[in-house]
Amino acid sequence: MAALLELNNLVKRFQAFTAVNGISLQVQAGEVLGFLGPNGAGKSTTMKMAAGFLAPDEGSARICGVDVVAQPDLARQHLGYLPEGAPAYGEMSVAAFLKFCARMRGLTGSAGSEAIDKAVRRTELGGVLDQPIETMSKGFKRRVGLAQAILHEPKVLILDEPTDGLDPNQKHHVRQLILDMSPDRAIVISTHILEEVDAVCSRAVIIDQGAIVADGTADSLRKLGPGKSPTLEQAFRHITSAPADKVA
Amino acid sequence: MSRILAIFQRELAGYFNTPIAYVFLVIFVMLSGLFTFYVGNLYERGAADLQPFFIYLPWLFLILVPAISMRLWSEERRSGTIELLMTLPVTVWQAVIGKWLAGVAFVAVALAGTLPLWATVNYLGSPDNGVIAVSYLGALALGGVFLAIGSCMSALTSNQVVAFVLAVAAGFVFVTSGTPIVLNAVRAIAPEAVVSGIAALSMLTQYDGLTRGLIELPAVVWTVSMTAFWLLATVVAVDLRKAG
Repeated sequence: MAALLELNNLVKRFQAFTAVNGISLQVQAGEVLGFLGPNGAGKSTTMKMAAGFLAPDEGSARICGVDVVAQPDLARQHLGYLPEGAPAYGEMSVAAFLKFCARMRGLTGSAGSEAIDKAVRRTELGGVLDQPIETMSKGFKRRVGLAQAILHEPKVLILDEPTDGLDPNQKHHVRQLILDMSPDRAIVISTHILEEVDAVCSRAVIIDQGAIVADGTADSLRKLGPGKSPTLEQAFRHITSAPADKVA
Repeated sequence: MSRILAIFQRELAGYFNTPIAYVFLVIFVMLSGLFTFYVGNLYERGAADLQPFFIYLPWLFLILVPAISMRLWSEERRSGTIELLMTLPVTVWQAVIGKWLAGVAFVAVALAGTLPLWATVNYLGSPDNGVIAVSYLGALALGGVFLAIGSCMSALTSNQVVAFVLAVAAGFVFVTSGTPIVLNAVRAIAPEAVVSGIAALSMLTQYDGLTRGLIELPAVVWTVSMTAFWLLATVVAVDLRKAG
């Protein structure tokens, strides 16, 4: 079966700086891919290209076989995307915001209300529907962003730091949500939190300076670390440390 | 189409979600009255029409419409929602048009606030209401042109103040290019063809006929092409500057 999300040799340059330098990967249905890397490694830029927000300088991204640049409209119908920082229209209430997102996705009338109800239940936003988003805590905002991403039951979910700013209970809840949704979808989550890899990811990719430096299950990544039984964190630091450190 | 409508409604509701909208409407209506009655001497001129109002309207629009257009794209950029909007199944064109239409609707509400002026001249005398109706239509179209310019400037920056200043500056060029001061200065250094070309680009030149109730083809062509050009420029600006 073809992969639901395919990135082929993505390259993105900002003036002289190459932020993403030839990233290729495939994510199948049922996979939850953890996208790891130090700050500035190119995680968010890669996700923006995969979501069709930024056009790559080279390479292509396909969602359910549809090129995100050539047929953006079609590709986006299969995509749920949580941008970095979970931006939302602050002056809107949660209900109005989700209704707007549903309408943009062609979900109107009873189909729209059902989709919104389901997403609200999954993200536990029932109690704050009438609250303006700008008055909410970071954790709630993140859940609003998640709710709009899953409204239309997309086949591919790209979530940029979905658990950032959540308390342990909320983190657990979001991870559970991701696991519940994973069986027939391709999900990519970027994270700084390495424990997330063990908690939800079936596979993890580590990128550094715009290129993939490791790709595998949590266990196989651990083996890349130094010593006899390295932790994931040791492995991460070993793989992504600055060139000067590596020489030393 | 339904997506344009969804964006239009969200944007229009966004205006009225903040107190700024109401402050704006009050200022607009107050200044309209001030220009019409004091600067334009509505009573002293002894004619029952709204010429004093419509003659000063481009200058009022020059300052006030950029205040409406400045948030259209800058705010999306500043808050990062542009990334959300542009990954929904919507084209840049649809988003640009939906937002611009919301601005036009807001200008229409502001113009509706000046309808008591129309009632006043009808109370005082018997004006040619056809002329006034055409002038209102022209005023809305002119507001649309200013909004298209402003939306392009707003797409260039994430700072609303910068967007405002840029829009006023660009609008100023198009308004003043038809004034005698500018045209005489150009006449001194350029052939007459250039002078009439610059005059034709001016809002004042095109708008003049409308205030007298005339819908002339050049004015229609000017309005449509100016609006289309600046909306296209907005699409290009949004596309180009998504990253920054």
